[in-house]
Amino acid sequence: MNTGTKDHAGLADIFNEDEARVDWHDETLWFVRAKRDKAAHTLPEWEALRENASKIKDNVLSNLHDYLLQFEAKAQQNGITVHWAADAEEHNQIVHSILKAQGVSRIVKSKSMLTEECHLNEHLQKSGIEVIDTDLGERIVQLAEEPPSHIVLPCIHKKKEEIGELFHEHLGTPKGESDPQFLTAAARVHLREKFLTRKAAITGVNFAIAETGEFVVCTNEGNADMGAHLADVHIACMGIEKIIPKRKHLSVFLRLLARSATGQPITTYSSHFNKPRAGQEMHLILVDNGRTRQLGRADFRNSLKCIRCGACMNTCPVYRRSGGHSYHTAIAGPIGSILAPNLDMKEYADLPFASTLCGSCTNVCPVKINIHEQLYKWRQVIVKEGYADTKKALAMKAMDFTLSSPFLYKTAGKAGRWVIKNAPFMVNNKLNAWYKQRDMPEPPKQSFSEWYKKNNNE
Amino acid sequence: MHVGLFIPCYIDQFYPNAAIATLKLLQKLGVKVSYPIHQTCCGQPMANSGFEHLTTGCNDLFIKNFAEFDYIVSPSGSCVLHVKEHLHSQEEEEKAVNVRKKVYELTEFLTDVLKVDKLSARFPHKVGVHQSCHGQRGLKMSQMTELVAAPFSKPMQLLQMVQDLELVELSRPDECCGFGGTFCVAEEAISVKMGKDRVADHVNHGAQYITAADMSCLMHMEGILRRQNSQVKVLHIAEILNAEEV
Repeated sequence: MNTGTKDHAGLADIFNEDEARVDWHDETLWFVRAKRDKAAHTLPEWEALRENASKIKDNVLSNLHDYLLQFEAKAQQNGITVHWAADAEEHNQIVHSILKAQGVSRIVKSKSMLTEECHLNEHLQKSGIEVIDTDLGERIVQLAEEPPSHIVLPCIHKKKEEIGELFHEHLGTPKGESDPQFLTAAARVHLREKFLTRKAAITGVNFAIAETGEFVVCTNEGNADMGAHLADVHIACMGIEKIIPKRKHLSVFLRLLARSATGQPITTYSSHFNKPRAGQEMHLILVDNGRTRQLGRADFRNSLKCIRCGACMNTCPVYRRSGGHSYHTAIAGPIGSILAPNLDMKEYADLPFASTLCGSCTNVCPVKINIHEQLYKWRQVIVKEGYADTKKALAMKAMDFTLSSPFLYKTAGKAGRWVIKNAPFMVNNKLNAWYKQRDMPEPPKQSFSEWYKKNNNE
Repeated sequence: MHVGLFIPCYIDQFYPNAAIATLKLLQKLGVKVSYPIHQTCCGQPMANSGFEHLTTGCNDLFIKNFAEFDYIVSPSGSCVLHVKEHLHSQEEEEKAVNVRKKVYELTEFLTDVLKVDKLSARFPHKVGVHQSCHGQRGLKMSQMTELVAAPFSKPMQLLQMVQDLELVELSRPDECCGFGGTFCVAEEAISVKMGKDRVADHVNHGAQYITAADMSCLMHMEGILRRQNSQVKVLHIAEILNAEEV
């Protein structure tokens, strides 16, 4: 989607033009958050599980080099061809070269946020390769020519009537039909033909086990399995942080993942891929794309613990009311806002500011990433690197100058309540953004300090 | 025990009654309280906007004003959290550490230090409690709905000691109001929408007053209520805990 040059606030403004839709979006995601709460509360050991998962990931991040090499060796022993990609471009080229070598020009792909991050579909389509996304939500946004707005629920921003309209246009369902069951059945028929005729399938990877060289793909629709099992070539794409040390660690993450994501006890399919079946080629691409750079940032390395459950988005009061597309990046919401500046600090300078720092994201995170603290820290980095707008920087300097001096503060306060012009809610005001939909506080006759001087009753 | 009263700048300027109630309540509970007259702001507005490096002046002034007290108490969870997490000094870091340790938000000071178990206040109204995020999730003044852990709430514990006060239940007991410092103007649309939704939760459950341990959230919600010509009012928790309505 072309979002032009608008930042999060600008895109959120557009989303908020239809308040009833914002309410619907908010309620829909709040419902998912409530399901997550219910599922979490069924496990008295929930907080211990989160702690465990976080510690396992600490170990992974501190020993990533060794685990990656161990994983590569085991995977190769199993008959998997392992590739390494330094960045998105190299990843896309590797996928393309595998397909080219096989003479394949039409493929199916199950959910993979990594391939979204790398813009693989656009790359392949430019080279004349047709990609069909097989996750239902992803297929819907693909038909609408939009990116996913949520990492787990890609078309959560679309109402069933709009999906009915899309299906009518692209899949020939009756006009006006919006019954979810009917539409899902239509998509099933449509996708079944793709599964049966495509020779190559791409999947994502949720977990890769260093000990065994196997990788695990979690879906609810079984579309990853359908694609991979029917194709002659299976290409699995993963960020290097998806490694876990041992198979026994998997249970910790599988128990957390689906409960955090949708409130289910476990994903319907948690499929282990160990080796290619007879006659099949299995490729696995390990992608860095900025991850080692993030690993080197002491304040932000924990963001690499993310298992892509989307819980932080569902709980985020800002995300629920601004929609995933307002983040103008593949991974929206709080986690996206701490990952994106690592990829392009200038382009995503607005995202760490798209938060009230309420901290709910940190509390739901199954691997205990301190998301809101990292948002705060990114703000400091972005300002120091010079990506804050200059008007704001000047206002802040004036503010420090006044607030550092009790005399200036008191004088300014008396001269028509200094705060009314310069307080947090007034700084950088675009024609007084406070007043647009809110009344100003009524200035009292005297400030507390003035009262205190008169009534000092210690 | 000598307490230094830390009054956030916008409370000083706009909501003196919240500060007066804080002072009187502490005095009523037998605490010696002084208000260092030369205080200004903790520096949070700058820090949260990414300008923490510009807060040295505010930090040094804060240390100068408050280092000598046994405790520092403030009617704002948000400002207290900022001091606790981000107050530093290049020359006097030891003093900064000490200040960070002894700064308390009012209600946690009442429950944890003074161990208040009764109050003489009376407030015969229906009250909705807004759990301000920095106080709740930052200072852990009450349990958070995201966690699988035993519930508690320091502000509610105190409000339950107020005679004739009726607490209303909310659909979303700890959702952010959308104030967020500069967020409230930088992300005006979302901030207002969050505020409207928060206010509606209280109004729909019959609240006559919305209270909180942070005046900034209340200022934001008050702005929305007044624009809607609502009869519902906001009141800082100190004013309720100190209320002597008959």
